Amino acid sequence: MLKFFEVIGRYCILMGKVFSRPEKWSIYYRRTINEIEQLGINSIPLTAIISVFIGAVIALQMSISLESPFIPQMMIGYATKEVMILEFSSTVIAIILAGKVGSNIASEIGTMRITEQIDALEIMGVNSASYLILPKIVATMFFFPFLAAFSMIVGMFGGFLVARMGVMLPSDFVDGLLYAFDSWEITYSLIKMTVFAFLITSISAFYGYYAKGNSLEVGRASTTAVVVSSIMIMIFNLILTQLLRT
Amino acid sequence: MIKCEHIFKSFDGRTVLEDISVEFETGKTNLIIGRSGSGKTVLLKTLVGLHEPDSGSIDFDDVRYTSLSFAERKAIRKNIGMIFQGGALIDSATVLENVKLPLDLFTTYSEAEKRKRVEFCLERVELSHAPHLYPSELSGGMIKRAAIARAIVLNPRYLFCDEPNSGLDPQTSIVIDNLIHDITREYNITTIINTHDMNSVMEIGEKIVYIHQGKKWWEGSKDTILQADNAELNDFVFASSMAKRAKANIDKG
Repeated sequence: MLKFFEVIGRYCILMGKVFSRPEKWSIYYRRTINEIEQLGINSIPLTAIISVFIGAVIALQMSISLESPFIPQMMIGYATKEVMILEFSSTVIAIILAGKVGSNIASEIGTMRITEQIDALEIMGVNSASYLILPKIVATMFFFPFLAAFSMIVGMFGGFLVARMGVMLPSDFVDGLLYAFDSWEITYSLIKMTVFAFLITSISAFYGYYAKGNSLEVGRASTTAVVVSSIMIMIFNLILTQLLRT
Repeated sequence: MIKCEHIFKSFDGRTVLEDISVEFETGKTNLIIGRSGSGKTVLLKTLVGLHEPDSGSIDFDDVRYTSLSFAERKAIRKNIGMIFQGGALIDSATVLENVKLPLDLFTTYSEAEKRKRVEFCLERVELSHAPHLYPSELSGGMIKRAAIARAIVLNPRYLFCDEPNSGLDPQTSIVIDNLIHDITREYNITTIINTHDMNSVMEIGEKIVYIHQGKKWWEGSKDTILQADNAELNDFVFASSMAKRAKANIDKG
């Protein structure tokens, strides 16, 4: 229990350093643009592939499960839309990004720690925590909601492709997508993704920043970062759903 | 001048530095020597501020560094250059970007002025042909030279080097040693080098401090080290059989 509070304390201290005043805004701006490319734009292909297939599978599963003359066919489109918007495009994509981006951040910063690159920055008088972590947090919090929105569109397109394959009338599927449309659901999903982006980046950076020893420890830090980020995403998913949907 | 007095440092109850007092002189290459695990890297990192001493004081010229706040130390840190054992160049940046980084962060130079300064430093370390290369594309000697260029780009008053020759062949080691020595003289810097390389000691050791089991065991220069009457130091200096034969010849006169 004591160790848990120690970790929380160290995390808060690190975040305090991260959000202190940057040395030079122009450098941070350039680094943020670079991080948007590294952590955000480079995640588009993975998001697209997973979303299109999951969207297709959801539509297929729904068409099997909802096979009844009493249930209108458009409910398949409606169910696909709801699953994609409410949970998949934010929560599941965030867990997948925790694996891809989180491990990347933890191993990058961890390697910088054990090869003394962070010490070198500190010696120069640079706030290494802010210099390394703040642009990543800003980049992911800015870009991950776009990934979530992209995932929603691509996932629903995947479902549409399944409908086109003869599972149902594509027009019924589109009717289902438009049925009982509530724009708040999208807002809710994007808010969740913004929070998840902060959790993934800050937790992964925390484990990387305090990595010690050798490459084995960096590997461990990376694994721990992904595990803890995923658990925190689940916990905050519940909290945010309670706060925003009830 | 950098002066430390009665420095103590321990980790998890294990004493690593015990009552170290020494004065490192300006314009000279000051060497901290000792066996692996003797505490010399901890001493260097304590001097530079990466470790906080448990007790004792460190003065950078007339400023008591250990009494300064984190913000106040920043001003001194901008006058410090450090060369790490592995170079510690930023992996994701080219040589040029690495050397330019301190200028980007702490100066108001125009882009042209920064480039001119970087080119000058790279030329000084004979690396002007490699500004576009990444650290992964450099040899060990080139990494050290790029690290030296980065360390001197802001015209530091204090230069710290943690085993600058580790992993280098003897000839490249001498090149690096002489480069650090020349820069020290040229810019009148207080340079502190951490090493266990006896070639470096005999090449550039204007002031030498021998650390053993966390204590200062001996202090002198390359001119006096071979005649030192200190068993531990002699074991260190004359560790190889070749050196032992040389010592026997010295003793015979």
